[in-house]
Amino acid sequence: MSIATEPAGPDGSSSSSDISTKPRKSLPAVTIRFAGDSGDGMQLAGTQFTDTSALLGNDISTLPDYPAEIRAPAGTLAGVSGYQIHFSSNDIFTPGDEVDALVAMNPAALRTNLKSVKTGGIVIVNEDSFTAVDLKKAQYTANPLEDGSLGRYRLVKVPIDKLNAAATADTGLGAKDTDRCKNMFALGLVYWLYGRPLDATLGYINKKFAKKPQVATANTKALRAGYNFGITTELFQEHYEVPKAKLASGLYRKITGNEAVALGMVAAAHLAGKELIYCSYPITPASDILHELSAQKNFGVMTFQAEDEIAAMGAAIGVAFGGALAATGTSGPGLALKGEAIGLAVMTELPVVIVDVQRGGPSTGLPTKTEQADLLQAMFGRNGECPVPILAATSASDCFSAMVEAFTIATRYMTPVLFLSDGYIANGAEPWLVPEVDKLPKITIHHPTAANDEAGFMPYQRNEDGARPWALPGTPGLEHRIGGLEKQDVTGNVSYDPANHERMIHLRAQKVAEIKPAGPAYLWNGPQSGDVLLVGWGSTYGAIRAAVQQLVEEGVSVASCQIRYLNPLPEQLGEMMKRFKHILSPEMNLGQLRMLLRAKFLVDVQGLNKVRGQPFTISEITRGVHALLRGNLDGHMVTVNDGPAPRIEPIDDEG
Amino acid sequence: MSIATPPVNVLKASDFASDQDPRWCPGCGDYAILAQTKKVLAKIGADRSKTVFISGIGCSSRFPYYMNTYGFHSIHGRAPTLVTGLKLANPGLTVWMVTGDGDALSIGGNHLIHMIRRNVDVKILLFNNRIYGLTKGQYSPTSEHGKKTKSTPMGSPDMPVRPISIAIAAEASFAARAIDIDVKHLEYVLERAAHHKGSAFVEIYQNCNIFNDGAYSYATDKQSKSDTTLYLEHGKPMRFGKELDKAIRVNQMRPEIVNVKDVPADELLIHDEKAPNPTLAFMLSRMRHPDFPEPLGVFRAVDQERYAQLVRSQSEQAVQRLGKGDLQALLRGSETWTV
Repeated sequence: MSIATEPAGPDGSSSSSDISTKPRKSLPAVTIRFAGDSGDGMQLAGTQFTDTSALLGNDISTLPDYPAEIRAPAGTLAGVSGYQIHFSSNDIFTPGDEVDALVAMNPAALRTNLKSVKTGGIVIVNEDSFTAVDLKKAQYTANPLEDGSLGRYRLVKVPIDKLNAAATADTGLGAKDTDRCKNMFALGLVYWLYGRPLDATLGYINKKFAKKPQVATANTKALRAGYNFGITTELFQEHYEVPKAKLASGLYRKITGNEAVALGMVAAAHLAGKELIYCSYPITPASDILHELSAQKNFGVMTFQAEDEIAAMGAAIGVAFGGALAATGTSGPGLALKGEAIGLAVMTELPVVIVDVQRGGPSTGLPTKTEQADLLQAMFGRNGECPVPILAATSASDCFSAMVEAFTIATRYMTPVLFLSDGYIANGAEPWLVPEVDKLPKITIHHPTAANDEAGFMPYQRNEDGARPWALPGTPGLEHRIGGLEKQDVTGNVSYDPANHERMIHLRAQKVAEIKPAGPAYLWNGPQSGDVLLVGWGSTYGAIRAAVQQLVEEGVSVASCQIRYLNPLPEQLGEMMKRFKHILSPEMNLGQLRMLLRAKFLVDVQGLNKVRGQPFTISEITRGVHALLRGNLDGHMVTVNDGPAPRIEPIDDEG
Repeated sequence: MSIATPPVNVLKASDFASDQDPRWCPGCGDYAILAQTKKVLAKIGADRSKTVFISGIGCSSRFPYYMNTYGFHSIHGRAPTLVTGLKLANPGLTVWMVTGDGDALSIGGNHLIHMIRRNVDVKILLFNNRIYGLTKGQYSPTSEHGKKTKSTPMGSPDMPVRPISIAIAAEASFAARAIDIDVKHLEYVLERAAHHKGSAFVEIYQNCNIFNDGAYSYATDKQSKSDTTLYLEHGKPMRFGKELDKAIRVNQMRPEIVNVKDVPADELLIHDEKAPNPTLAFMLSRMRHPDFPEPLGVFRAVDQERYAQLVRSQSEQAVQRLGKGDLQALLRGSETWTV
């Protein structure tokens, strides 16, 4: 960390010349969080800060955290919406453990987010909102701005309501409208604090409000006023910069997991030379995939908003029968409803990709929070012996390649494929090295046009992959009937023969068990043997990888294996696990992968489990490894409460 | 060079039979419907390779196995969802959906409504035997109130639904009714459905001679049928009875039975299957034995835009407006930076 001695350069927009002589300090990485009422525009402030930081060349990782209610009562703890951004000059893998700077727009936001702020961190509060009424809504008995309880932090009290009102007074808008610009004031202030230019957000405002020039002016004024307040106020003695990250060279964009899923589907259709029809019923947190795809109609993409989850799956099967690329997307409750129809796709051996963006369960659970508790549902949640290949994306950007792989597997092996994502990577953003279309692997599909047997067309005659032919209605001479009743081997006629049933069960199981991955089956970090192997899957990749990095620096003998292909599991994993003294599996559930690994490989896997609707922090994993090495186990689980309580927690115990 | 007429491959009804033997109970009404369907397909010159039969679960849903076309025997109640997906993928196919009163109106009621309101291009054959046959005799959504069955030993407490009322309420562009044993009329109705563009909903009164024998004897019995049924003809007054001596008149928005000789001819209700407003068709769907003769024939047949065509025309518009999608540009998105 170095302290720059020269005065700040022209880092604002062209008209915001920074005349301040405050020193600028360079930091390697910073985590900030915007928190306010769900109507305060915190998600927008967060995404704007993210875009600006990405364009500056920082590595980024974000964690939006919002309530399930669209508008919970204003000022209450339940209505707090937050957006955390980790931006860095190094490679980063998580949205950050501890917050360096918190912007709290009201007392409820302060109360629910303060725990995440590190000692000595900056806490910027909108002091105008610390009224008796709002303090009471946040269940404060005394004003924390006055009672000394914030002594551990660098408290910065800013009258944001008043300053924003003054800045936007001459725009001709009413007080209600100008008040809505205060997120821009806060954003402007934080832009100054971290040396970010205003250009990207100014461009956004002008585009977004092109038809409402007064609103555009008000937002622009608020943003600039916030920035200029940073320059002139005595409240800050210094400000900061976070230099560009050293990422692999190439063209980058920012991407969320849901965006990457949608783009992966469009790309798969292109690579297969097919149309894509996405059939889905709106559900949090998967709906954005439907929105993204419905905007891509000029790419041969069609979307079908079905009447329910079952209809979405049924329609996807109809699409696959008709010969287009078929996909459906949902979350845990929807996957439960689709179960019977997924079984039909297994029986009729048709290619459908089913996306489950997991959220907190059971039942409606925590719709806007993340969890990994659908693995066993994906694996076993259907009647009968009903094997389905499962892929889990490890990050927002990995959703793209994993989706192309999912379609490759589905069409090559004629099978439905389950694609697991979760709320964390679905909504979290990171930089993405934009792939070159010409270098993506083609998806080869064959539709027969002639009978495959002297006796006629045999719809269940298999190829070397165990796949049956994908003969399309409309092809003369290949007329055949399929359905959910057990099929006679080869002919596909209905058969109740006991021996045939057993044979077909084995054939279906074998087909899935012998699937060859279309991409990396797992991601490995660290040595091939040692004391501890962390085995994870899905979105925990970033936190596990960063934890391994830290632990290795501390001298701990540790490696990690992040599984992307969960069914079939990589065969070699059994041998690889045996080269470590301890196996620890961090999961956002009570040990579902652990159960599968123990059952398949007879290895004594321990669990590090967290089900709080929030992703793992790096320190939770490093603490878990230390606890394991100390022999501090509770049954087969290392509890995350072994050390201090987890940092990221939406509402404290009184909440 | 002369222009030769390509040889027309004329198929007979028997060409539409698959190599599987039907396994319905002897005497089941399904046989007659299967026979008439094959006959109609031959008559309209259907292409076997472009014809698809899709069904759910139940006795009627075995139908696709007996047709030498493409077929899909799906799961209980969900046939409409497969139909919708298939038509989106390939609107050029001719799709027939075969279902029953339990499949379509109980477990699949939701899907049926939504497929019909979208006007997916499909011929829907709903075999209504007012009983669950495959599960051996429980009451169905169309069973009469008070009906004693295996699962209602003291009589059904449910009120039955009227399939055509549901279809009309779901904005059906085509709704019709036929009886299994009146094969001539059944053939006529199936042919009309075959030619309709959009969701063609056909309720077929079908006798289950094992679990609900005689459910429609009032409408099939030689003695009573002319008084208990009414054959709808577009543009003609609704007359019935052995001598066509009775008719329907609307009085204060309610239908009533009149003697033809007692009322002026211009007071008799004239059938209009093309009426843009579905009120008449809905009123006809409410006419029930024994208060009224039950209408048979085409209740409603209007032109409406079809779902798959609408969806695809949006894609075409998007291509016209934005050009064919450039995947590389899409992947780049709007904001990029170079490292």
